[in-house]
Amino acid sequence: MNVHAQTTRTPAEAALIDSFAGRVSELPGDAAVTVRRDEALELLKNGLPSRRVEAWHYTDLRRLLSSVPAFKPVSEAEPVAPLIERSAVLAVLGGAAVDRNTGIDGVTVSTVADRLIEGGMTDGLAAAEPHDAVGAINAAFVSDGYVIDIAEGANLDRAIELQNLHTGGQAHSRFSVKAAAGAKATIVERQAGDGEALVSSISDLDVADDAEVLWIVLQEQPDTASYLGRFSARLGKNAKLTLFVMNSGGKLVRQEVRVEAAGEGSEFRLRGVNLLAGEAHCDVTMVLDHIAPDTYSTETLRNVVTGRANGVFQGQIRVARDAQKTDAKMACNTLLLSDDGGFSAKPELEIFADDVACGHGATVTEIDGNHLFYLMARGIDEKTARGLLVKAFVAEVIEELDDEAVVEALEGKLDAWFVEHG
Amino acid sequence: MLEIKNLHARIAEDGTEIIRGLNLTVKAGEVAAIMGPNGSGKSTLSYILAGREDYEVTEGEILYNGESILEMDPAERSSAGIFLAFQYPMEIPGVATMEFLKTAMNAQRRARGEEELKIPDLLKRVRASADELNMDMAMLKRPLNVGFSGGEKKRAEILQMKLLEPKLCILDETDSGLDIDALKIVADGVNALRSPERAVVVITHYQRLLEYIVPDTVHVLYRGQVIKSGEKDLALELEKNGYAGIIGEAA
Repeated sequence: MNVHAQTTRTPAEAALIDSFAGRVSELPGDAAVTVRRDEALELLKNGLPSRRVEAWHYTDLRRLLSSVPAFKPVSEAEPVAPLIERSAVLAVLGGAAVDRNTGIDGVTVSTVADRLIEGGMTDGLAAAEPHDAVGAINAAFVSDGYVIDIAEGANLDRAIELQNLHTGGQAHSRFSVKAAAGAKATIVERQAGDGEALVSSISDLDVADDAEVLWIVLQEQPDTASYLGRFSARLGKNAKLTLFVMNSGGKLVRQEVRVEAAGEGSEFRLRGVNLLAGEAHCDVTMVLDHIAPDTYSTETLRNVVTGRANGVFQGQIRVARDAQKTDAKMACNTLLLSDDGGFSAKPELEIFADDVACGHGATVTEIDGNHLFYLMARGIDEKTARGLLVKAFVAEVIEELDDEAVVEALEGKLDAWFVEHG
Repeated sequence: MLEIKNLHARIAEDGTEIIRGLNLTVKAGEVAAIMGPNGSGKSTLSYILAGREDYEVTEGEILYNGESILEMDPAERSSAGIFLAFQYPMEIPGVATMEFLKTAMNAQRRARGEEELKIPDLLKRVRASADELNMDMAMLKRPLNVGFSGGEKKRAEILQMKLLEPKLCILDETDSGLDIDALKIVADGVNALRSPERAVVVITHYQRLLEYIVPDTVHVLYRGQVIKSGEKDLALELEKNGYAGIIGEAA
């Protein structure tokens, strides 16, 4: 007997199952894909995870996902200006990939829809475990996206920006990137749109030996959208990955991060900025596996909470028995600017190796009165002074990125958020 | 310029009275030194003048150019021309020094109805003042006061003072933590600001600073009151005989 079988479905659960029936004939895929979609749907029929499921304890999806809009027959989404100038844009508009190449040497592009039809895309097209709602919803509904190969040793002089855009309704996309040995690339994943929506998006990245990737997730959904995202990566020997996640929108957001430091000497940096306003609920859940020896990781999150917003960070670091000399540091710092807002941080370390250096810390603070007084004593009015301090708190993690153009572009995003919500 | 009349003030949080009936008048063009033993209320006085909310004025008045400043917040006081050089300047990570200077200068100009400074003009002013204080412009690219040595922080305070051109300058133990070379540079910076329209209040524990910034008047603060006022010789007398004699005299 399945203990999570629901006697009554929530309106969102019912709408998900109904919309599958209406949508399935239009979804791309060979027979194997169809099997995977049906399996995913069966999981969804058991109901969405509630707070009783540990991984969803702080984000009761069953309660928080209050509605699921119908698919829109036609999307009016259009590509937006890329975060970083001169980027090659690959857009998915309303769940359909519209571009075919980047014009960058050493980069090959195909669409997820083509791959689903041609076969060979069933890997990962499934829920990772029974309560993996992100994986199940995406596997059931995924319509398109991009598969990108970056050639061995290619050092891309322009960034690639993956845009997943909608004008309401539902959009379910996938992005799969392989950076071959020694390749170097910057990739921006843009999650945005307009209107009431349910969006799921799964990205997976393979960073081969000695390759180096900076991946930026810019989630700026409207406050009418629910967004379920996942980023997975596997790092080869001496590979380096910096993942920068900036959440500045969305009504209900779950961004999962799963990284395997599988190659000896690999390095992973997670930098997260969560700017939460209004009624937003934003959950960043990371599972990081240190598998090989001499792997290194740091995770720093800075959160600003205003209004009645709620934030969650679950950070789990697992160090395998063989992963000796692992060095991992995790910090989650929150600036709580409202009595009605909240932030829950749940760090977890699971260590099976005996020679490691792992640490974590979480803080929740208000604006420092001494700092505020100092700025005001120089003639800066209180509102401006507070704005400067809040921005400074977040900007610290942005400024750690080495690329000046990237730092400038992200600070521009930060400024825009403060103009609207500060 | 500054008239403090029968001022009583306490720590807002626990009600401890620190200033107990303080009277002080400082005229335009005057450099007034305030001296006193530890715990006499010197720093508290400077914070109260700058408008720190941690202190509560329970009685008395502070007049600046004839008008009460008690209802003004720190930013308003600053824009009106009151400047406090902090004993312990705050380190503020994430706020670039240059960005801070620009924001402060332009906030004050706006408050006074003046046009904001354009970047080239602003840079020129900052560079000129930094040169005079022997400060490296590279330092100003760093976050505000972060990783600055004690001497660098004090210089940065004087730099801000020069750039903001206040009318009433309050220096809180500006000499603490300075070696003799830095002390001279800081004193030169302050002396360059002396003018008939400007008053300077120098709060210090030791006479040493007053060799370089020669005061017109000296006031001894003890237990929240000015117990003796005099001319610059009073500072020398204190240096020679310590505070005990004067305290005994007053008691």
